Amino acid sequence: MMLECLHLSKTFGEGSHAACVLDDLSLTTGDGEFLCILGPSGCGKSTLLRIIAGLIEPTEGTVQYTGARTARPLNAMVFQEHGVFPWMNVIDNVAFGLEMQGVSRSERYSRSMDFLKKVGLAAHARRNPHELSVGMRQRIALARAFVSDPAILLMDEPFASLDAQTRIILQDELLKIWGDQKKTVIFVTHDIDEAILLGDRVLVMSSAPGRIRDVIPVEIDRPRDLQAESTPRFAEARMRIWNIIRSEVLQSMAGGLP
Amino acid sequence: MNPGSDRIRYLLPVLSVSGVLILWELLGRLGLLGPLFFPVPSRIAATFLSMLADGEIQANLSVTLVRVFAGFCIGTVPGILIGLAMGASEKVRLILDPIVAAIYPIPKLAIFPLLMIIFGIGESSKIAAIAIGCFFLVLINAMAGVRNISRVYFEVARNYGAGTRQLFTRIILPASLPLIFTGIRLALGTSLIVVVGVEFVSANYGIGAMIWNAWETFEIEKLYVGILLCAALGILFTAILRQAELRLTPWFGHMAYRDLE
Repeated sequence: MMLECLHLSKTFGEGSHAACVLDDLSLTTGDGEFLCILGPSGCGKSTLLRIIAGLIEPTEGTVQYTGARTARPLNAMVFQEHGVFPWMNVIDNVAFGLEMQGVSRSERYSRSMDFLKKVGLAAHARRNPHELSVGMRQRIALARAFVSDPAILLMDEPFASLDAQTRIILQDELLKIWGDQKKTVIFVTHDIDEAILLGDRVLVMSSAPGRIRDVIPVEIDRPRDLQAESTPRFAEARMRIWNIIRSEVLQSMAGGLP
Repeated sequence: MNPGSDRIRYLLPVLSVSGVLILWELLGRLGLLGPLFFPVPSRIAATFLSMLADGEIQANLSVTLVRVFAGFCIGTVPGILIGLAMGASEKVRLILDPIVAAIYPIPKLAIFPLLMIIFGIGESSKIAAIAIGCFFLVLINAMAGVRNISRVYFEVARNYGAGTRQLFTRIILPASLPLIFTGIRLALGTSLIVVVGVEFVSANYGIGAMIWNAWETFEIEKLYVGILLCAALGILFTAILRQAELRLTPWFGHMAYRDLE
């Protein structure tokens, strides 16, 4: 399953209050690709993801999914935090996508249980999310997205609110599950190391209005883990991306606020 | 907490309440409190027991409870539904909001005479007054409950393909429960005020009628029994509601709310 975004623009508001968030942005993902979108806050990366998810309409441009698909959903999104419903227990949260698809209770529970095992939450299936840590709650969100078996996974800084250790563990788990499932993933982050560790390509965005500044392929062998971060290739990619981002940030500081 | 603090936690309130009662009793017996206005607790208790024995308490209490229960149910159920609809749909809100805003501030006792003209002086007008009091409080809170739901929950639901009906049963209703409970708590308090008020002016039985009769016949102990019954009802309602809240919304306080614009 591939995704093609053509000439996406998004302007919020009208007249003198109009703010152009995305400007003529095009991108294509390969089948089973892990694409990271990196950019400073306010560069429109979350907006881009919401347009791809169909949650908001672009002012201009189109989003196209290509490749054979049946009744399975086109995409599933993992949100920053608070994406887990506090009024449902863990397994009902994970099974929510399946429930919306009309899957029977017994089937959605057994499928959800498989993923709860993968993320180490099987023992907590009947507990309420507020009894669990933030990291465990993001595991619920990950499991929910994977179990609904979408063509493309969209992730909006899912690990941004986690502490460093938990983030490393969850990045690892995400890579393992993705390795099993071979799904197309679009992962938005503002963390350079995270983008390099996870992505096949890193798409660097410029801010206000959001455009694609550069696309950097990450040529580090998979499976990857934390050790990859100490390789020369990783350091090289990090420097290259940092140079782009630094010039972006300096430019926007010199230009003042738009 | 240090050991023994649990015991202190229970002991101190009991001590303070019994301390006040003992002081009251002592001051009364020493003749420092006029028995005309402040009969001693032991006499009030004796009156209570004799009223219990001849069934006066039961007769009045049951009548009041039926009125409160009926009015509460009739007012609360549509209040929740219309409030949720107003919270979820801007159109519904634009249509109904001015009407609600106009009627809500009217003290519900002020319209009781009108209700007696419409429904007669029987049970219906009393129940209607309580229902109207409950209706608006629950409606306003249910509406606020929906409007406070964080956008993220709607985005997740829509992203996973929730339809209107699923949005209502799986997101809107549970997510607004905490504020619906706030509305119900206020509604129960108001029911008590309204029921006593309407029973003062137009009832033969009921706690309000009992208090009013006690005033007219100057049975001061009975008056106190009536007041204490009202207090007991208030405490009872609050306790029941608290249990329901703990069961139905144990996650309250762990929910993301809409940013206040």
